[in-house]
Amino acid sequence: MTDADELRRRTQELLADHPPADTAPPDFLRARFDAGLAWVHYPPGLGGLGTPRSLQAVVDAELEAAGAPDNDPRRIGIGLGMAAPTVLRYGTDEQKARFLRPLWTGEEVWCQLFSEPGAGSDLAALGTRAVREETSGDWIVDGQKVWTSSAHLARWAILIARTDPDVPKHAGITYFVCDMTDPGVEVRPLRQITGEAEFNEVFLTGVRIPDAHRLGEVGDGWRVAQTTLMNERVSIGGMRLPREGGMIGPAARTWRERPELRTHDLHQRLLTLWVEAEVSRLAAERLRQQLAAGHPGHEGSAMKLGFARLNQEISGLEVELRGEEGLLFDDWTMRRPELVDFTGRDAGYRYLRSKGNSIEGGTSEVLLNIVAERVLGLPAEPRTDKDVAWKDLAR
Amino acid sequence: MTDLLYSEEEEALRAAVRDLLSDHCAATDVLARVERPTPYEPALWKSLAEDMGLAGLLIPEDLGGQGASHREAAVVLEELGRAVAPVPYLTSAVVATEAVLACGDPDLLGRLASGRELAALAVGLHVAPGTGPGNVVVRDGVLHGEVSGVADAVGVGVLLVPGDDGVLYEVEASGAGVSVVPQTSLDPTRPLGRVVLDGAAGRALGSAGPAVERALLAGAGLLASEQLGLSEWALTETVRYLKERRQFNRPVGGFQALKHRLAHLWLQVVNLRAAARSAAGALASGEDLGVSVSVAQAYAGGVAVHVTEEALQLHGGLGMTWEHPVHLYVKRAKSDSLSYGTAGTHRALLSALVDLPAP
Ligand SMILES: Cc1cc2nc3c(=O)[nH]c(=O)nc-3n(C[C@H](O)[C@H](O)[C@H](O)COP(=O)(O)OP(=O)(O)OC[C@H]3O[C@@H](n4cnc5c(N)ncnc54)[C@H](O)[C@@H]3O)c2cc1C
Repeated sequence: MTDADELRRRTQELLADHPPADTAPPDFLRARFDAGLAWVHYPPGLGGLGTPRSLQAVVDAELEAAGAPDNDPRRIGIGLGMAAPTVLRYGTDEQKARFLRPLWTGEEVWCQLFSEPGAGSDLAALGTRAVREETSGDWIVDGQKVWTSSAHLARWAILIARTDPDVPKHAGITYFVCDMTDPGVEVRPLRQITGEAEFNEVFLTGVRIPDAHRLGEVGDGWRVAQTTLMNERVSIGGMRLPREGGMIGPAARTWRERPELRTHDLHQRLLTLWVEAEVSRLAAERLRQQLAAGHPGHEGSAMKLGFARLNQEISGLEVELRGEEGLLFDDWTMRRPELVDFTGRDAGYRYLRSKGNSIEGGTSEVLLNIVAERVLGLPAEPRTDKDVAWKDLAR
Repeated sequence: MTDLLYSEEEEALRAAVRDLLSDHCAATDVLARVERPTPYEPALWKSLAEDMGLAGLLIPEDLGGQGASHREAAVVLEELGRAVAPVPYLTSAVVATEAVLACGDPDLLGRLASGRELAALAVGLHVAPGTGPGNVVVRDGVLHGEVSGVADAVGVGVLLVPGDDGVLYEVEASGAGVSVVPQTSLDPTRPLGRVVLDGAAGRALGSAGPAVERALLAGAGLLASEQLGLSEWALTETVRYLKERRQFNRPVGGFQALKHRLAHLWLQVVNLRAAARSAAGALASGEDLGVSVSVAQAYAGGVAVHVTEEALQLHGGLGMTWEHPVHLYVKRAKSDSLSYGTAGTHRALLSALVDLPAP
């Protein structure tokens, strides 16, 4: 069993063998992965040491103190937060060995080809088709995906597609890893309310995927996708933060630095939101402690609900707090950003970007349904689509 | 970072308290007694305080107590809240006991630890930490004055009275020149009384300021666990009821408008649990105490009131009856939201503590 002291020792060894000052960042990150210090809870050989996840903080603190480079999780959130746990759980040994290292070091960016124009909250209704080619055993994929963040940067995508239209919708889906450099993949920017294009439309025309890039069994893609979606919500709402670490941080700083902006009304509202932000932070911390103790709660998906609402309310308050400046916006130029930082740029950007927090990764309405049905055990909505073959559903 | 979970020992303590309360403090028992001057069965207090030793949880072992911490006391309060148990645990075994602990009086602590002596801090229940001294005047060695809104004062043996000379006094409730007049409280499970002192004798225990502050911080911090218990009962009971209750040929709990409301309540309860555990942990360790307690109290009152009010609404006409216990929870939750400082008062405290000053 590797304990905190042992992890500290191994980290110091890594730093001694690859001094950050004279090592190129990608080389350092590869060495860190190979030393099992990338994500310590992953298995040995795959960037980890099989130790409790909570011990990652020990490694991170040592590396930060030594000024070591990190893999900039803001750039590769989908890979780290969604693709990796799914590959780990359902991937073959070859897939794990091929994909996880460059995913973690950030050399290969991932994106998520799930949503379609006709399948958002009702993701299982998706229509992108994957058909097996008799001769080669490869899968040929045709269809359209939408709202695909980072598709313009991605080397790989996690993709779900329909492989059997003759069974009910949840049963006919298969999960793949799609090569974004395939000539049949076309990525078009989709401009969003902030002016930039973080997400894209992705057209798939005759895209060829070898069967070796299938994750899980044929027809079992819906179950595999649950791992991705659960992890997505936890990674959106469950980041470990210090006090004032999230959206409340910039608002509180503005309040302290700009006494001339203060009013009594804003003061009460700011304090109320400060308290809620702190309580949410504690709840996320409690969830992490539960996970570390081996008692996963149902709270995971639900954390995102509170996170989304608070981000929106706090950034909205900050725009108001800024008074005259709140009427301005830093820049509407159309760009295709390299990274996403919810708390970055100016208050106006934060206000607009946070609107997406209650839509991406499952809308708040859908998450409330999940809490009500799976946690509280309330009756499910009456359904008309359960026992109908996908091809016979109304569209 | 504070441990926000429950230990195995804490879970065992919870199970024991819950067992006892389900046998001796069911909703019907509480309802049957609420309009009496002492709204609880003395036998129930004896089982909790003496037999289970809960009165002495916060008192060190060498003084006759259990030497446990606020984390355990918080678990007891969650269960007492869940049962709206009308027992003077928070007021005597937490608030008054903390005041005496601050003064370090072994004799009185020994009596409190045994559970046979009950004490009340003669400070109004609405008073928040950080509030100045009371208005009891000390002249020629005796006490004069009135303090109203003192929780669980009726029936205690000992009143702890802060005097205007900065001293905390132990006053015998049955002594000459002392009377405790019952008041009719919004929350009938936590009776209030007016303490009237007219030349009462008192024994000096120590300095009043720090003792009262310590007592009120503990009261405010652990009240959040009681509020958590109230909220949990209200949510669980409402979910149970709405799965059973049928209208329009389906369980009412299947309507999405209600499912979403209940999911929101659940999320608030999850948050409240984290805030309450954080406050209990801070009281136990002494670290980050003021902020943790005020964060919990700035949050808990609103949640407990909202969840219990929603429970009432979602029970329909039944929720409006005296017979259904939900009103006991609404009354306790509303009264708790004014106890040891309102959410607004705690936000004002935080304003100074976390450097977010008023205009
Ligand atoms: C910034 C951003 C980034 C994104 N990135 C990606 C990505 O990288 N990859 C990807 O695959 N997808 C991505 N998405 C897509 C996202 O997952 C979907 O937008 C989301 O699941 C909602 O689907 P929809 O847009 O089709 O809305 P719809 O499902 O059409 O919903 C419309 C409205 O109806 C409500 N609604 C729907 N069903 C119910 C119900 N049963 N009960 C109550 N209300 C309901 C919804 O909450 C919503 O308010 C992203 C979205 C955003 C905003």
